[in-house]
Amino acid sequence: MMPVPAGHILVISLLLFAIGVIGVLTRRNAIIILMSVELMMNAANLNFIAFSRQLNNLAGQVFSVFTIAIAAGEVAVGLAVVLALYNNSDTVYVDEMHIMKG
Amino acid sequence: MAPSTAIFYTLSSLALLSGVMVIWSRHVMYSAIYLVLSFLCLAGLYVLLSAEFVAAVQVLVYAGGIVILFLFLIMLVNLKEALSGGRLRVHAVVSGALGAAVVAQILYVYSRGGIRAAAAAAPALTDGGNLQAVGKALYTDYVLPFEIASVLLLVAMIGAIVLARQKA
Repeated sequence: MMPVPAGHILVISLLLFAIGVIGVLTRRNAIIILMSVELMMNAANLNFIAFSRQLNNLAGQVFSVFTIAIAAGEVAVGLAVVLALYNNSDTVYVDEMHIMKG
Repeated sequence: MAPSTAIFYTLSSLALLSGVMVIWSRHVMYSAIYLVLSFLCLAGLYVLLSAEFVAAVQVLVYAGGIVILFLFLIMLVNLKEALSGGRLRVHAVVSGALGAAVVAQILYVYSRGGIRAAAAAAPALTDGGNLQAVGKALYTDYVLPFEIASVLLLVAMIGAIVLARQKA
């Protein structure tokens, strides 16, 4: 077993989540916004794994597998939405998208 | 410092650094490559945290599948358009402050409550290996969420096909 305290892992996942938040808020490219969302989901996964080790409980690992599966579905639908928006309005920048109607 | 501890901090700082580069680099293709690096570092962290199955799934699904989807989309949209992805300068200060506030809040909660060392010397999680234990848990205790996740993936697949279909 590794002697790294669980608090350090939580701080790392916290920083990763904050990076994702800042990416979502600052970037205007929709693809990079989706990448930042993926970073945030990875931070949540790291928390799951850290607590799974700390509490000696497998549920955290099982749920991080679920999170990864749901992230795959989310990114497929999200990228399809970006592609549809690009086909409709020729832009991937979120501040230039102002039409909801296709 | 034990070697595994040194590897842990190296991998985690590399993951954080490449995470910063994902949102920092101007070219969206570089962001995708840094995203792969971040995912691989996190997979290494999962191995160190004795979650080998999750690490394998992370490499296969995240670094292998999701990033490929991102690269496909970057190539499908106009590359010259996608390459010049600037930042919203106006929002930079506000969102930086918001991110710092999130960090401060969670650090405050952590310093107040703290994480009790529940199992100081936790024994190995499993007898028959991590993969066997996770598989057993997936198919016994968590079989209903497992099936729901598979239905969700089917729905996501149909939705993605319908959304991305070219209207001829």
